[in-house]
Amino acid sequence: MKPFAYRRATDARSAVATVAADPDAAFLAGGTNLVDHLKLGVACPSLLVDVSDLAADLVEHLPDGGLRIGAGTRNSDLAAHPVVRAHYPLLSEALLSGASGQLRNAATTAGNLLQRTRCGYFRDATAPCNKREPGSGCPAVAGHNRHHAILGASPDCVATHPSDLAAAMVALDATAVVLGPDGERRVPIGGLYRLPGDDPTRDTVLAHGELITAVELPAPFGGRARYRKVRDRASFAFALVSVAAAVRMHDGVVEDLRLVFGGLAHRPWRAAHAEDALRGSAPTEVALRAAADAELLDARTLSGNGFKVPLARNTLVSVLRELTDGAAEPEDDA
Amino acid sequence: MTGARPRVDGPAKVTGAARYAAEWRAADLRHAALVTSPVPAATITAVDTSAAERVPGVVAVFTHHNAPRLRPPVGAPYGGRLPLQDNRVHYEGEPVAVVVAERLEQAREAVGLVRLDYAPLSAETDFRAVADTAVPTPPARWGPADTTVGDLAAGIAEADVVLRAEYSTAARHHSPIETSATQAEWRDGVLTLRDATQGVFNVHAVVSSALDLPADRVRVLAEYTGGGFGSKGYVWPHQVIAAMLARELGGALRLVLTRAQSFTSHGYQPPTRQRLVLAATAEGRFTAIRHDSLSPTSTYGEYVEMTANGSRVAYACPAITTTHRVAPVATVLPTPMRAPHEGPGMFALEVAVDEVACELGIDPLELRLRNHAEVDPTSGKPFSTKGLLACYAEGARRFGWADRPRATGSLREGDQLIGWGMATAVMATMRFPAAARARLHADGRVVVEAGCQEIGTGTYTIMPQLAAEVLGCPPEQVVLRLGDTALPRTGMTAGSSTTLSVGSAVTAAAEALAARLALLATGDPTAAVRLDGIELTVKNGAVEVFRLDELFARLGVDSVAAGGSWEPRENQRSMHTFGAVFAEVAVDVDLPVPRVRRLVAVYSAGRIVNPLTARGQMTGGLVWGIGQALLEKSTTDHRLGRFVDKNLAGYRLPVNADVPDLDVAFVEEYDPHASGIGARGIGELGSVGVAPAIANAVHHATGKRVRSLPIALEDLL
Ligand SMILES: Cc1cc2nc3c(=O)[nH]c(=O)nc-3n(C[C@H](O)[C@H](O)[C@H](O)COP(=O)(O)OP(=O)(O)OC[C@H]3O[C@@H](n4cnc5c(N)ncnc54)[C@H](O)[C@@H]3O)c2cc1C
Ligand code: SF4
Repeated sequence: MKPFAYRRATDARSAVATVAADPDAAFLAGGTNLVDHLKLGVACPSLLVDVSDLAADLVEHLPDGGLRIGAGTRNSDLAAHPVVRAHYPLLSEALLSGASGQLRNAATTAGNLLQRTRCGYFRDATAPCNKREPGSGCPAVAGHNRHHAILGASPDCVATHPSDLAAAMVALDATAVVLGPDGERRVPIGGLYRLPGDDPTRDTVLAHGELITAVELPAPFGGRARYRKVRDRASFAFALVSVAAAVRMHDGVVEDLRLVFGGLAHRPWRAAHAEDALRGSAPTEVALRAAADAELLDARTLSGNGFKVPLARNTLVSVLRELTDGAAEPEDDA
Repeated sequence: MTGARPRVDGPAKVTGAARYAAEWRAADLRHAALVTSPVPAATITAVDTSAAERVPGVVAVFTHHNAPRLRPPVGAPYGGRLPLQDNRVHYEGEPVAVVVAERLEQAREAVGLVRLDYAPLSAETDFRAVADTAVPTPPARWGPADTTVGDLAAGIAEADVVLRAEYSTAARHHSPIETSATQAEWRDGVLTLRDATQGVFNVHAVVSSALDLPADRVRVLAEYTGGGFGSKGYVWPHQVIAAMLARELGGALRLVLTRAQSFTSHGYQPPTRQRLVLAATAEGRFTAIRHDSLSPTSTYGEYVEMTANGSRVAYACPAITTTHRVAPVATVLPTPMRAPHEGPGMFALEVAVDEVACELGIDPLELRLRNHAEVDPTSGKPFSTKGLLACYAEGARRFGWADRPRATGSLREGDQLIGWGMATAVMATMRFPAAARARLHADGRVVVEAGCQEIGTGTYTIMPQLAAEVLGCPPEQVVLRLGDTALPRTGMTAGSSTTLSVGSAVTAAAEALAARLALLATGDPTAAVRLDGIELTVKNGAVEVFRLDELFARLGVDSVAAGGSWEPRENQRSMHTFGAVFAEVAVDVDLPVPRVRRLVAVYSAGRIVNPLTARGQMTGGLVWGIGQALLEKSTTDHRLGRFVDKNLAGYRLPVNADVPDLDVAFVEEYDPHASGIGARGIGELGSVGVAPAIANAVHHATGKRVRSLPIALEDLL
């Protein structure tokens, strides 16, 4: 741990100016991820700019029927918000499946989205890791990789993104409002995260000094939604596989749907192939399995995570079965 | 009086008034932080501490170049190598330098600036890869490495069913909530340690011998220890480091291990590979048991996980062979962890018994009844007491075992496959000599003193109960002072031995005090005394009541004290505790994460001094068993030669949501042989037999036989 300066931001613009001007500065929100990294020597900023006090702690309606969530809104508050519970239950479900009550009380919306991978090598400052120390190698590829990616990984990094909230946000088609030194821009959460490629150091498309000020949700998708998380422990554990799903049915046919996997890739994984396969079809057991298989066709497994392929398939099918609720006629086990 | 008594130290712990090793203040306190090796085996070729020394507040940086010289420690088990004495590294996480600074943050910062160059040496951390180097182990302190009774070949030849199977258990870490910490003070030539330990006298022996200090110049205190589970039993390098640097620098110095360091600084439960041969006749009589165990030890010291110990005594069988081999790997020395030996060992034996039951088509409980051991089948000695048959019966009744359908996969609730399994628990009884002192003050306070430890098990609560029982007073009138090498000597708080050993000594001391009071009051030491507040009632034919203040004033004393001691005498009995554990699990058809739905466990463990604290021990043990069965595993990266995920998010312990309804009961029992108070040990027993009961339930639910722990979703997918 090295000494650092701490500053409490009073407004977003100057916070951005301060951090953007100093390559060793970082935003601090709830600190539940960043402070761990300081202690572990994974992050060594010389200046922390605390943005958790900014007037960001709010949830408000948008004219188009959507919702604006301040970046500093605590995970517990967001999960318990009546509008969220009534119209975006997927979000509540995803948040409440994550971490523990104490952590959710401290963790913020933006902090949660920008938390870093739980890869054990990344978090051990004395181990090689391309994400932490470019060029040092990726021991997970041939090492302990039970929690690692089966989709979209690269030889340089096979880490997964750990956030439950992020998967739900992608399924809800949310957009991040981002303030940079040159002004504001809007980044769909679906496009926020990167695949590792040959530069695993960057998790997102955000530039240093860009601040998420809010996340906006479009008007509710309708239909039914579910966040299902599979984990070793019954609580307080990161997902081995999770599925954020929203389905709108019409006349026994899937009118529209959104499917996102957590725990499988460097970013929340929008299952576009599976969506395409099911949109406009009857959700029979055969169709559900075929859709899952279509999505997982490109899966590449490592020594310790082969189980994620059948697990992801079963999770997706079981969630869709529940959401389409008997619209499909029962079939023989195939 | 003995009986249900809530923890007397509960309020102090909840309010923070209880002080742990790292919570003592000193005006001149300095902080030490360790630099540990990132490689498992190496020669240190260069050292540069200059940048670290320049950090403001840094007092000194020690490496093998400038650290004080130490002597080989004697008198107690020491699990490390002597720290900072040479340029060799024998395991990842071994201390290679120490920074001392005015503030912890300064020490931590400087740690990152110490430069060490390593010339790596070849190192193997996978014991299976070096299995061919395994050696028969010399007689260990827990019994001989190998035993044989009867004719194994004949037993196999005569059997109708012979199971041969390999079982394995994972490396695990103790992970008590209090990371190890030592506060050392050197003043006027006397070294005082406040230590997070399960054995103050062990620490005293190692530190005084390593530092070559006379015994009376070292004092070790531990008022509270925040859990140990075996990690604080042996003495380890960090304790020696704190002591050595306090003496070197003078004043007070505190060393607290980080959570990550706690994975490499004080041992771990070694992974095991166990091969079982279990032979039985069609009627379900065991004719041969062979249990061969392999586990790792370190390259510099020896620890033997005696996994086959349980197989030596568990069942009546004419031929039993057990062996233990250890293979050296480049890790810190493994060490006992709740429950050692029988903990991993009974997993293999009890799953094997279930497999044979399935093969024979005999109910698993019935098969165990048919092979019940009336005497220890290996030593031939009678058991001190054994209430296992009653445990089976009561456990089966509470669980509803009679309704269990034989076929696997036959209990189902919607998408949940339900399974019922059971197992026997057996644990050797460990005992040690202990001494205690009891002092009655004129105001009625009884102070009992014994140099044992409170590691979260209830020692502060039950020792006063035992003394009060003898003196006839309410337990609130008695307080216990412990955790101090200046007090009467006891063994370490490990191996479930404290209640029976120290409790016997406390009872003896209280009896001696009663006799002394009787003598002083009436001249007859055999007169019965009863204490209530400041009234002492002495019955010696007639009944006389004395006020303590008046009696003591007349005698010209402030207080009256007496000592007592107890030691395990050689004994022609086999001493073990027993239990029957029943488990119900649910496994989702599509997402087969195994979950425990209920556990019923009934134990035979001698007299239960306090049912509340005893129940706490057993429920805690069951939770440990759930962890062993389904979650706990320290993954090693053998290429890097280190444990991965050295934190409590990556090393998975059960959380509340993993722990179902736990039904614990004890068989009424008094063991006249094992101790002076009728008790045997219980703390470890609770975590024995749980994993096999769960594994057998998983098999009953799914038809899948998993022979390695922990059982994970991928085993069932
Ligand atoms: C033991 C444990 C278990 C957990 N389990 C789960 C789980 O099951 N599921 C899950 O999803 N999460 C889990 N978490 C992670 C937890 O959700 C995150 O730590 C938390 O959400 C981070 O939020 P924070 O506000 O504390 O972020 P901080 O730690 O303050 O910041 C995290 C990162 O975001 C950056 N940042 C913060 N705010 C902004 C902003 N407005 N704009 C730009 N950058 C910003 C910071 O610079 C930092 O890099 C767990 C955490 C722990 C410690
Ligand atoms: S998977 Fe990524 S984060 Fe993990 S060690 Fe490899 S490069 Fe680092």
